[in-house]
Amino acid sequence: MGFLDALLGRTKPVPPNLDALFALPSAAITLQVAADFKPTGTGSVCFRAAEGRAFSDIESEVRDLLNMGDNKTPVEVSRDSYGFTWLVCQHSADDVEGLVTDLHAVNSSLENAGFGPQLLCTILSFRDGKGRRLGLVYLYKRGTFYPLAPQSGENRDNALELQVRGVLGDDLKIEPDLERWFPVWGAPGL
Amino acid sequence: MARTRYASDRGLIARMGATMFLLGLVFTGFIIALYFVFFWYGHRHGGGGGSSAGLVVLAAVIGAGVAFGGYYWSDKIALSTARAQLVTPQQAPHLHGIIDRICALADMPKPRVAISPVNLPNAFATGRSSKVAVVCVTDGLLKKLNDEELEGVLAHEMSHVAHKDVAVMTIASFLGIIAALLVRFAFYGELFGGGGRSNNNNNNQNALPIMLIVMVVGIVVYAVSFLLIRLLSRYRELSADRSGALLTGQPSALASALVKVTGDIAKIPTRDHAPGGAAERVLLRAGALSQEGPDEPVHAVLHPPAAGEAAGAAGQDLQAAQQVTR
Repeated sequence: MGFLDALLGRTKPVPPNLDALFALPSAAITLQVAADFKPTGTGSVCFRAAEGRAFSDIESEVRDLLNMGDNKTPVEVSRDSYGFTWLVCQHSADDVEGLVTDLHAVNSSLENAGFGPQLLCTILSFRDGKGRRLGLVYLYKRGTFYPLAPQSGENRDNALELQVRGVLGDDLKIEPDLERWFPVWGAPGL
Repeated sequence: MARTRYASDRGLIARMGATMFLLGLVFTGFIIALYFVFFWYGHRHGGGGGSSAGLVVLAAVIGAGVAFGGYYWSDKIALSTARAQLVTPQQAPHLHGIIDRICALADMPKPRVAISPVNLPNAFATGRSSKVAVVCVTDGLLKKLNDEELEGVLAHEMSHVAHKDVAVMTIASFLGIIAALLVRFAFYGELFGGGGRSNNNNNNQNALPIMLIVMVVGIVVYAVSFLLIRLLSRYRELSADRSGALLTGQPSALASALVKVTGDIAKIPTRDHAPGGAAERVLLRAGALSQEGPDEPVHAVLHPPAAGEAAGAAGQDLQAAQQVTR
């Protein structure tokens, strides 16, 4: 935010940066090789639904877009306790590329309709042999990823998260500011 | 390139710019007026204005000290006035969750979070930079509002942080502080200062008009800058309403929160069902109010009834822009 914006009380809504999502498939392979975490085939997009007709129209458009086509993707829509909307896409576990393409399609249709600033994050979920859960969270506004390892209740496994940061440092742009690794409680599909 | 739904509010920005310009104008006029008073005085009485000029310098130094202290410790002062406690994510997970998400949406660093035990529904944001910023809500607000309304209010408060309102309002009110101090000094100088210069009769007779002129200039400048600062503060509120509503995409939730909050403040005096005579009731009420604590901590956001306007207007923007993009 510039000096003049601060002086005049202006906020520029932050536009999202979507292309980094395509780095996810290679990161998924690294994660599988180095840390034994396998993708579950579930990915989700979280956004803050705006009130009004235009937004509900684009929401149903996105759902139709994903439900059509050859590889019909089941899409679930849910609202969490914070009032955010989640679109959850389910693919087969080894089709990370298809999943990421779908997630990108959801994001870009929202962005093209001008709702980019409403996008919160995209999460790709993983599991390891011991059943530990891990999500790779993409923050649009920062263009960075961070790992989130939720445990039972509202706890997170910080050691695992830091370990994953070390593993993925070369594949993804990891959020350097640890304060931005906010816990997305109640994320469906994670 | 994505299209954007966000039309900028030129009217609001123009009014805010005009107010700031007028404040600057008053400040410049103030300095020029003081300069001429001392020039005229010094010209006629051969350097006798030294003590009065010293007064102005003293007022400027103290005023700068007060303004800087208020700016530097704004978070601590406001928190202790509201008797607020900082809370960790473990103590208030849901509140932290809402703020986390607003931060991620707006791409801003997370402020500290505090809860004040006051029953009045109120919220404020303070802190000189986004690194030491605090967002504080009262118990009354948490009880009164539902999640969406609370989110709207928090987005409004965090817009204040993003707009650096503490810094802007401190700079804007600096002049008012100096003018008020000058009036006070000139007043006491007139009351008690006469004896100090009685060795010079001529000088003493002329000290009276110059003090009076300084006092009158100070009063006028204080009155004008007070009004301008209130105006500026109101524009900052409207601006934060607007960007808060644009951020969450829920202008009507913010509007309804503001209606609830202002409605509740208006209702407080009638909420007294104490038995007994009028005198007892008044005493009880006074006690209750003093227990409620200060109802306007530093930079508190007590919205005037019309404060929903900007949220409403932002809502219309949103709707109109949606019509365009569809």
